[in-house]
Amino acid sequence: MTNVTMTVNGKSVSGEVKGNTLLTDFLREDLRMTGTHVGCDTSQCGACVVHVNGEAVKSCTMFAAEADGADVTTIEGMANADGSLNVIQQAFQEYHGLQCGFCTPGMVMSAAALLKENPKPSEAEVRDYLEGNICRCTGYHNIVKAIMAASGQDVAAVAAE
Amino acid sequence: MPKDHGIGASPKRREDVRFLTGAGNYTDDINIHGQAYVHFLRSDVAHGTIKSIDTSEAEKMPGVVKIFTGADFEGVGGIPCGWQVTDKDGAPMKEPAHPVLAQGKVRHVGDPYAAVVADSLEQARTAAEAIVADIEELPAVVDMGKALEPGATKVHDDLDDNLCYDWLFGTDTETTQAAFESAAHVTTLELVNNRLVANPMEPRVAVGEFSRANGEHTLHTTSQNPHVIRLLMGAFVLGIPEHKLRVVAPDVGGGFGTKIFHYAEEAFCTFAAKACNRPVKWTSTRSEAFMSDAHGRDHVTKIELALDKDNNFIGVRTDTKANMGAYLSTFASSVPTWLHGTLMAGNYKTPAVQVNVKAVFTNTVPVDAYRGAGRPEATFQLERVIDKAARELNVDPIRLRRQNFVTEFPYETPVAVAYDTGDYHATMDKMEELIDIPGFAARRAASEKNGKLRGLGINCFIEACGIAPSNLVGQLGARAGLYDAATVRVNATGSISVMVGAHSHGQGHETVFPQVVAEMLGIDESMIDIVHGDTSKIPFGMGTYGSRSLAVCGSAMVRATEKIINKAKKIAGHMLEASDSDIELKDGQFSVAGTDKSVAWGDVTLAAYVPHNYPLEDIEPGLEETAFYDPANFTYPAGAYACEVEVDPDTGKVTIEKFVSADDFGNVVNPMIVEGQVHGGIAQGIGQALLENCAYDENGQLLSASYMDYAMPRADDIPHMESYVVDHSCQTPCTHNPLGVKGCGEAGAIGSPPTVVNAVIDALHSGGHAHVSHIDMPVTPSRVWAAINDQ
Repeated sequence: MTNVTMTVNGKSVSGEVKGNTLLTDFLREDLRMTGTHVGCDTSQCGACVVHVNGEAVKSCTMFAAEADGADVTTIEGMANADGSLNVIQQAFQEYHGLQCGFCTPGMVMSAAALLKENPKPSEAEVRDYLEGNICRCTGYHNIVKAIMAASGQDVAAVAAE
Repeated sequence: MPKDHGIGASPKRREDVRFLTGAGNYTDDINIHGQAYVHFLRSDVAHGTIKSIDTSEAEKMPGVVKIFTGADFEGVGGIPCGWQVTDKDGAPMKEPAHPVLAQGKVRHVGDPYAAVVADSLEQARTAAEAIVADIEELPAVVDMGKALEPGATKVHDDLDDNLCYDWLFGTDTETTQAAFESAAHVTTLELVNNRLVANPMEPRVAVGEFSRANGEHTLHTTSQNPHVIRLLMGAFVLGIPEHKLRVVAPDVGGGFGTKIFHYAEEAFCTFAAKACNRPVKWTSTRSEAFMSDAHGRDHVTKIELALDKDNNFIGVRTDTKANMGAYLSTFASSVPTWLHGTLMAGNYKTPAVQVNVKAVFTNTVPVDAYRGAGRPEATFQLERVIDKAARELNVDPIRLRRQNFVTEFPYETPVAVAYDTGDYHATMDKMEELIDIPGFAARRAASEKNGKLRGLGINCFIEACGIAPSNLVGQLGARAGLYDAATVRVNATGSISVMVGAHSHGQGHETVFPQVVAEMLGIDESMIDIVHGDTSKIPFGMGTYGSRSLAVCGSAMVRATEKIINKAKKIAGHMLEASDSDIELKDGQFSVAGTDKSVAWGDVTLAAYVPHNYPLEDIEPGLEETAFYDPANFTYPAGAYACEVEVDPDTGKVTIEKFVSADDFGNVVNPMIVEGQVHGGIAQGIGQALLENCAYDENGQLLSASYMDYAMPRADDIPHMESYVVDHSCQTPCTHNPLGVKGCGEAGAIGSPPTVVNAVIDALHSGGHAHVSHIDMPVTPSRVWAAINDQ
């Protein structure tokens, strides 16, 4: 067992983990922060995306021990300080970019990472960036719209529906 | 001006806040103090005899609580099938036993034969490796044609062969044969409807609990219909009376049909929780999901269409083999029959329609309903053969369809159902407008300039939704009623909880259902909450599938709300000293007609619970009503879809350049949610048409058991915003339910696959590849390239 300490959503947390404990299991099972989801076992689906030191990471593909000392942000830490939805979360609600909600945490975390590196992505860039996030409910249309709207672009002008 | 509240408005979804902040409560988020974890040992061969299972070493491993094998379940029932189909000779279908854990034989890759319960999942997995199972591999049957050959290996030794049933339906053979003999032209097409895996993003989870204090079992599970699970598992598998069994399906991460069914893992966790005296939790991995979630589709069909000299359809005849897999899943038998054969008339007035379906056991995962369930298979074959006929006869495919449309309603088809209403020309008109048929030639020329072939594909569809009239489905073999139920509980201060049998796993019921009640009562939607997913809280409803939630459960909710209004008017009449027949309810105020006397909603609800000045001699205190609603008929959503594809003739790669849908869902309560449902269905249909395939090798090994091998649609597989329109402006309200709604959940998945394939064939013909009459789905680059090059 190894002791790990990291900052999760601004709070310092620590725990005893095995060498093979995944970051996602540390978050879900040890910290009981169940907003981060697991939808596959081959790092394809992206439901488990979190930010580690500002970078989008599939938390099922990283050991908890590797995140020792890191600054981790999960979906639970994305709302504004007053608890209201942030711009991306608001856009997902406004444009109906979620249905069952299971892929949503990963989608929001990926969208945030995209907009950080590319504040005004084209539609093609959004679709390309979401290669690692699978959604089975929405058909992506409204997710793409939401992300573009969150970036301040006028999606009503390009979207026929 | 769109409405901003009530029926027809698109308020933001209230469930979104918890999903967007990580505060959802999915089954895997549930952890009960003292819970143990189960790991299932699953067969890695498609067919084998279990010679022995030695658990002695594993039992000594750290953390092991108990190890189970099939022998532990000999005293309980097997997983039941909920629908009995009758063979054409009158005999009931074959129903082989489906034990919770395999007994004697394993019959598909993934068939569970032992289970380890331990303090931690890691300990369970480690101990499982110490179990020595001697399983002698037997030859497997995978291909349906080979499974039906005389002398084929049998999936079930106690059956005569691998035929589950041979079902013949619709117009009699003599009449059908006469139609074909009199035909001026017959078009024949053989095709495969590819096996799919539903793949909701949340894998299945079950947590069983048992209370020694009161003898109550609780199962938390990822289900679309907790009451169905309680009924099947309680009555048929474990013998637990309903009042001692609670089934909870909290937030569920997508279903698409695959979470309708009662699964062995649910029964196991419920059983093991009592046997181990500890809560027992199972969380499926995605790899397990591929080999244990019921699969979808998997039909092999020959369809023939007979036309007279004026191109009127005079006969349709189909011969289908439908894969059941190794065991009968909950509704497996009904999908290729009553959800498929009954739709073979399509939107057309063909007088003779005959359907033959042979259901076949194979050494594969059980196959059951997946979004559309039978109706996509019906639509695909019919709309493909019509397109082929149009090409053979050199007539416009839109004109050929229009000329054969049903135009008068109600319309009794030759395949047992009666369409109550519709306007197929209206959806076709809308589709033609949206796809811009006149502009196609220029778009094709532009594609050709870039070295690409461009095709336009269109098709129509009809579906039977709002499942289902209990007396009708009972005659057809259903072993359950298919009504639904709602309880409207008005609280003293006027807020309302509506307990519904429908289950929301993405459909947004928590937002939509209050829109209806608020509209009826004239109060604010925020005063109304929906309760669903817990058999201890809701009335006995049958859950969500078959595009039924609003049409069936919503109707029950309307009926219960009507009862509330009737009683509230009596209370208001007493308060206003007027006859309740003179009381009007508008904007949350009860008033005496023609006067300015009124009392507010909250005054009446308070009076119901503080009945000091109250007609106690006439009515009871309180304000709570329940209604069960059994639909008089199915609903019949219909539509016309079109798409344009580009095909790269050098690589065979297909891209969708434009896609439009024109649906008739009847009345629409929340347009935003309806469009979202269609987007999702179309993405799954495009997935089936171009990407997805569940593949087995000839030994029954599952080749596509992860997202590395099973091609799920990604964001860049879906048409871009400016070339994608979903429309539902054509609305012929359902004539037999109070909201006039038809259901929208499955349309996209039904209407889109033939649209895409028709477009690909059109593109290839435009490039001179006239020899290509069909390509099976998924229409991958290699299949297109091979078709072009005739290989």
